[in-house]
Amino acid sequence: MSTARPTLVAAMTDAALSALVALGLFCVLIGLRLVPTDSGLTLHTRPRPLVLTVLAVFAGRLLLRLWQRARPAGAPTPRLVAEGVTRAGRLVGPVFLILALTLPLYTGRYGIDVGILVLTYVMLGWGLNIVVGLAGLLDLGYVAFYAVGAYSYALISTTFHLGFWTSLPVAGLLAACWGVMLGFPVLRLRGDYLAIVTLAFGEIIRVVLINWTSFTGGPNGISDIPRPTLFGLKFNGSGDPDTFAAFFHLDYSVTQRFVFLYYVILGLALLTNWVSLRLRRLPLGRAWEALREDEIACRALGINVVTTKLTAFAMGAMFGGFAGAFFATRQGFVSPESFTFIESALVLSIVVLGGLGSQLGVALAALVMIGGSELFRDLAEYRMLIFGLALVVMMVLRPRGLVSGRTPSIALGARREIAAELVAQGRG
Amino acid sequence: MTALLRLAGVTAFYGAIQALKGVDLEVNEGEIVTLIGANGAGKSTLMMTICGTPRARNGRIEYDGQDITALPTHTIMRRGLAQSPEGRRVFPRMTVHENLLMGAHGSASSASGAAMAQVLALFPRLGERLGQRGGTLSGGEQQMLAIGRALMSRPRLLLLDEPSLGLAPLVVRQIFGAIRELNRSTGLTVLLVEQNAYQALRLAHRGYVLVNGAITMSGSGAELLARPEIRAAYLEGGH
Repeated sequence: MSTARPTLVAAMTDAALSALVALGLFCVLIGLRLVPTDSGLTLHTRPRPLVLTVLAVFAGRLLLRLWQRARPAGAPTPRLVAEGVTRAGRLVGPVFLILALTLPLYTGRYGIDVGILVLTYVMLGWGLNIVVGLAGLLDLGYVAFYAVGAYSYALISTTFHLGFWTSLPVAGLLAACWGVMLGFPVLRLRGDYLAIVTLAFGEIIRVVLINWTSFTGGPNGISDIPRPTLFGLKFNGSGDPDTFAAFFHLDYSVTQRFVFLYYVILGLALLTNWVSLRLRRLPLGRAWEALREDEIACRALGINVVTTKLTAFAMGAMFGGFAGAFFATRQGFVSPESFTFIESALVLSIVVLGGLGSQLGVALAALVMIGGSELFRDLAEYRMLIFGLALVVMMVLRPRGLVSGRTPSIALGARREIAAELVAQGRG
Repeated sequence: MTALLRLAGVTAFYGAIQALKGVDLEVNEGEIVTLIGANGAGKSTLMMTICGTPRARNGRIEYDGQDITALPTHTIMRRGLAQSPEGRRVFPRMTVHENLLMGAHGSASSASGAAMAQVLALFPRLGERLGQRGGTLSGGEQQMLAIGRALMSRPRLLLLDEPSLGLAPLVVRQIFGAIRELNRSTGLTVLLVEQNAYQALRLAHRGYVLVNGAITMSGSGAELLARPEIRAAYLEGGH
């Protein structure tokens, strides 16, 4: 306990310094305010919010320092705690799955709507996770495939009058083709260079969508995109025998359509998850991960780097395309405005925050980022502040993402730790 | 004896810089051949050129009597060549088991099971570490893993690039012992690139000396070891 006092003093000094920096930063930003009056603008001082902000910074910094002291870096977590966390961690996935499956039972229309939005981003995150998380190819233009999928469905359905379920595979396939088309020129690029080219690719698609007016409708977009049907049953209140409500002798309610859409995107997202998990256990998925780890070693092992990269791009793009087609059918309207760079950035930050390559982490990150920003909708402009703060806190506390561990793609029996011991005893 | 690998007049460039200046080299079936040379002599380039990256600009590379000079890397590697690259290059976040499976990429699972058993018999240490991440192994274990991974494709010719790099002498002896054992028991042909000339020449049946991208000397391991210019250039104080 002899070190307690100096620690406290050091923490106080550190917090005071932070408060001083905050004072310097915020004295103009928060402390002053221009108020329009009859004679123009006058400068008002606002000491109270300034003092409160500085105090908050002081207290926050102090708490952070004390917390770091209380738990020195590198100290092993007690075994019982670690085991408990591991056991609880294994339950997180199933619990969230059950919550997701039963969501329409305990929320209203708004909740379902948010659920649809979150799941769309979960699916996009899982799709991008194949490219970024598994294959390690930094893609800043993922929204391009989302756009290709959305416009494919919009154009196919309005031109050829094909339904959602027929067009969905086509939209995915077209997006996959675009993935390969992007993949070819960037095969030799890595890291920053790859990121810039993919960023440009995303923008090119958007600019083409805006300017190719005769084909895409330009900035006006495409409207009257048909809604999805359940085995041919429509969701509307016309009372025709081929509507869902009439067929099941229910009273029509608009919630039915939302519940249906919710389960469609849940199914699509789970499909994405299942395919990614399966692929990880196959030689192809393992080759993706090996590519992320060391491309030269992959070449030395005779892995065809070209096809491995292209399949990763194609697979990721395909799921982006599926999500895009769903987006188009949910909105009933697509326009280039929905496919800006900020969407790519959002999906990428979901993947990075969740932990590269982790399926559960990505889902949690999408829930926090999309659902969280919905939750704070009332806070209007402070929403982005909270969002930014959350990102900073995350990167400080868990720089490798929410779920940073990598699960081996092949297990050596039920429990890995035990398996290693068995091998040591010659029974492996 | 027939030549399993034959290089004739092979040149290779990095941009405008000529790294190989017409290399002639032969590796016969069942032999351990070593290529020694100083830093920057072009040893690793030669190894990579055999595998097709960088591609040989002139000359001809034959494997098993067939011209492989213009084939893509992954096709070359499927023909029974395997490489343990310079600096080991194990996949750090993947387990030892996964690392080994990557070596069997493209071969049937039954074949890879047999290959796995063979590798684990050769390096029992890897068997103890199957569930551990590649990046957490010691240097020697990583080298064993790199060699084991290359052996997973059941090659006829193993290209080994500086297996002794950064390892303690005891570990180097272990690894060289394993190579000798492998060659003796299965007849595996080995082309070994080394800076550790003394150990390499003692292990190898024949050796070549590469200086500035050209072969300057060749002969049996014992012969080269006895040559005064070899002793002066590569062995004095070097082992």
